[in-house]
Amino acid sequence: MAKYKVVHYINQFFANIGGEEKADIPPELRDGEIIGPGMAFKAAFGDEVEIVATIVCGDSYFNENLEQCIKLIPDMVKKYDADLFIAGPAFNAGRYGVACGSVCDAVHNILHIPVLTGMYEENPGADLYKSSFPIVSTKNSAVGMRDAVAKMSSVALKILKGEKLGPAATEGLLETDIRTNLFEETRGSKRAVDMLLKKLSGDKFETEYPMPSFDGVNPSPQLEDASKAKIALVTSGGIVPKGNPDHIESSSAQKFGEYDISGVTDLTEETYETAHGGYDPVYANEDADRVLPVDVLRDFEKEGRIGELHNKYYSTVGNGTAVANAKKFASEIAKNLIADGVQAVILTST
Amino acid sequence: MVKEIERTGIPVVQMCTVTPISMTVGANRIVPTIAIPHPLGDPNKSKKAEKELRRGLVEKAIKALETEVEVQTIFED
Repeated sequence: MAKYKVVHYINQFFANIGGEEKADIPPELRDGEIIGPGMAFKAAFGDEVEIVATIVCGDSYFNENLEQCIKLIPDMVKKYDADLFIAGPAFNAGRYGVACGSVCDAVHNILHIPVLTGMYEENPGADLYKSSFPIVSTKNSAVGMRDAVAKMSSVALKILKGEKLGPAATEGLLETDIRTNLFEETRGSKRAVDMLLKKLSGDKFETEYPMPSFDGVNPSPQLEDASKAKIALVTSGGIVPKGNPDHIESSSAQKFGEYDISGVTDLTEETYETAHGGYDPVYANEDADRVLPVDVLRDFEKEGRIGELHNKYYSTVGNGTAVANAKKFASEIAKNLIADGVQAVILTST
Repeated sequence: MVKEIERTGIPVVQMCTVTPISMTVGANRIVPTIAIPHPLGDPNKSKKAEKELRRGLVEKAIKALETEVEVQTIFED
């Protein structure tokens, strides 16, 4: 029996090429090679499936050259006449997740073959693509590799054999927001009463019709006159005074810092650095204005383009940081900003 | 973070390179930047040219804050 053919996409880190310092490598086609997580997939697939090629791309390169990558990579995949394209798993790595999602989407739309990826539910790539194709729900770090590979390979085999996938929760997929018809064994009235009884007795119950969460925020009104406004800087790029006095974590940050920049007109290599562990820190450490533009805003202040740069800035590390924590940090930051009479915020992200 | 701050009624502009992420997290005013590890700079340029570049981007951010928006908006050139 002919084996099913799979092409696999991974980033520079899982290809063992390097970390952030190699995140800028362009897509590379490794014909006939099985690399990193591919080895685990190979073991899980056994004889039925063959990984015929692996494509490796740096996470920063992909995201900074998105348009190019989503053309180039499907081109690389094309000649293999693959039965399935697998990307990742990306866990909670944001750029990797967006890359896996975008590349799957492109391969699916251009080559019309099934695609599959895996990531943590809070990965920004998840929201972008979970309704477009199956995304296996994984843990938030590579510690969950075993579990992710087991789930992904089981879904992959079903797709390859043309079996219908069951509901997202059963298959271990992220909620797709797509409804399909199915026959329940008990009728609706009985299920409703059962659910009500569970609810009344304080037991756990699962709704059959979850309400969508509308989590947008209405845009705030614009600044009437920037030349009179007090503007504050906030960053998730981890810019801190040299030595990182509050010990903000390089990933999964548990706190934010508030730093006084009274009289500071320029961030220098000697005075500021980044605590962020999710991007190559060389450029920010050389000149932190590249992430937090204090120098330009001080110039604008002097020239009257803005009324005032707020003398405190707020910083945390947005690297695998839980959404709940980010929310908590920002609501505390917002409280302080309002108390200090800040009228607008520039938030920089890496 | 953008949303939690904006919820209080203060306008926020997010400056970042991966704009699809900004859209997902719900930023309403977005200014695209240069690169992930140096959003507001370019180490290949001279110091002077780099600051000019940054000045242009921050100016765009201030303009975004001065602009009324009704939906999520990416401020391209």
